[in-house]
Amino acid sequence: MSKYSIFSLVRNAISYHENWAAAWRSPEPKQEYDVLIIGGGGHGLATAYYLAKEHGMTNIAVLEKGWIGGGNTGRNTTIVRSNYLWDESAHLYEKSMKLWEGLSQDLNYNVMFSQRGVYNLGHNLQDMRDIQRRVNANRLNGIDGHVVTPEEIKRAIPEINIDQGCRYPILGASFQPRGGVARHDAVAWGFARGADLRGVDIIQNCEVTAIRQENGAVTGVETTRGSINAKKIGVVVAGHCSVLAEMAGFRMPIESHPLQALVSEPIKPVINTVIMSNAVHGYISQSDKGDLVIGAGIDSYNGYGQRGSFPTIEHTVAAICEMFPIFRRVRMNRQWGGIVDTAPDACPIIGNTSVKGLYFNCGWGTGGFKATPGSGWVFAHNVATGEPHELNRPFALDRFVTGFLIDEHGAAGVAH
Amino acid sequence: MFLIECPWCGVRDETEFNCVGEAHIVRPLEPEKLSDEEWADYLFMRKNPKGMHREQWLHVAGCRRYFNAERDTVTYRISATYRIGEQAPGEAGK
Ligand SMILES: Cc1cc2nc3c(=O)[nH]c(=O)nc-3n(C[C@H](O)[C@H](O)[C@H](O)COP(=O)(O)OP(=O)(O)OC[C@H]3O[C@@H](n4cnc5c(N)ncnc54)[C@H](O)[C@@H]3O)c2cc1C
Ligand SMILES: [Zn+2]
Repeated sequence: MSKYSIFSLVRNAISYHENWAAAWRSPEPKQEYDVLIIGGGGHGLATAYYLAKEHGMTNIAVLEKGWIGGGNTGRNTTIVRSNYLWDESAHLYEKSMKLWEGLSQDLNYNVMFSQRGVYNLGHNLQDMRDIQRRVNANRLNGIDGHVVTPEEIKRAIPEINIDQGCRYPILGASFQPRGGVARHDAVAWGFARGADLRGVDIIQNCEVTAIRQENGAVTGVETTRGSINAKKIGVVVAGHCSVLAEMAGFRMPIESHPLQALVSEPIKPVINTVIMSNAVHGYISQSDKGDLVIGAGIDSYNGYGQRGSFPTIEHTVAAICEMFPIFRRVRMNRQWGGIVDTAPDACPIIGNTSVKGLYFNCGWGTGGFKATPGSGWVFAHNVATGEPHELNRPFALDRFVTGFLIDEHGAAGVAH
Repeated sequence: MFLIECPWCGVRDETEFNCVGEAHIVRPLEPEKLSDEEWADYLFMRKNPKGMHREQWLHVAGCRRYFNAERDTVTYRISATYRIGEQAPGEAGK
């Protein structure tokens, strides 16, 4: 496979871009692999990529029931930041941020990572105290960020409404300059291409229907494309983790909820950063195409339908209109939902299970896109060595037994 | 938009309700005898099924009472609602 570069672009332009090689193969599944990764979202593909790159394991298959990136990876609002409150999560998300910063070069694939900064708004005094506390905690962990006043916000984003007389006035914000957005599909495709180059088989339209075990250890899976053997299995299926856990005979502390997003018709550049508000459940950025990308809150009920309820959208759009009166007459183009795996402490679950050779990486809920490279990196370590990396050790499933929860509701909230 | 039948008030708009999670989780009768694993199981572990589910709903903007519903988590269709303490109806009741 040829390296992507200005030269390959020119070479392919001469043949009218008709001769680009496929970015990854579509092989038939083999009978047996060293490692199976179930779930071809960003996290699963990143896991396969880092298993090959960092741990020299290449006899791996990624099994995806639909098409890669078709789950939450291709449905999210692509916000990337690392300003989480507690040390454990700050370290994990910051690891990811560092990987983002070199990802396009590492993958030789432009993931369009754009560090345009992220504002997290506060609307009351308690919000502002929490923001101050979080920014201080971040700085102690070497993570950039500062608190900004409404006037400073207005200077950076002239369209925002900082009128103090409205129902949820903007009293300030935290700002992380290194935060931003990335192109979600490119992340899945870049990791897929990088993994494939190193010999990983990416198998789409292959749903896992059963997990086989013998004497407390995994031996393989049944799929819609036949049975496949493996002694190590990493499950990275986001909203479907309870379904896979049930196949393996245990339960997860996870509930799957619909989470929605919508985009407007493309308009001229108007927002060059990312603005999020946990309190009023709205967050917004503008894509390179010009559409406003708006994320909503989760629906209160469990749902696997990849669609949510209309009142939730209405609620979010109302918040956006209050914050940005200029957008009142912008028309919305498309709306969709994903299935997010929410955990009781708004933190992921990464690590070993009671079944030998079976590893889970889930619970990223409403905010795991930003963690894609870091999650794959630590999970690859965990799967390869059988032991958690220091960065993911605190996120073991057994924290729900020991009581060592990591409460990130403030930093994760419903927004991202 | 859901229309939800509150067993006390009748059919109302979904915006009046809040879903508050899995139903029929029984509080341990002898809490002091529970192991840490059993506590974790009671407090945190959930069925989260893909398909028929029993869950508690709260009629927040109505009678403010809790009730149970049987709902499909893929189609979102509600097949029954019933009062707390009443026997769950239908297939999944077995
Ligand atoms: C609307 C929305 C907005 C969001 N906004 C943000 C944001 O701004 N920032 C942020 O950081 N995060 C955000 N998130 C969260 C983020 O999208 C997820 O946490 C992250 O993408 C999860 O990645 P994943 O690879 O684990 O899951 P997914 O991309 O969902 O991949 C899981 C894959 O597993 C496959 N699968 C399931 N069951 C099986 C089976 N039995 N066999 C084989 N394959 C199976 C699925 O088809 C799917 O492709 C948002 C989510 C949504 C829905
Ligand atoms: Zn009622």
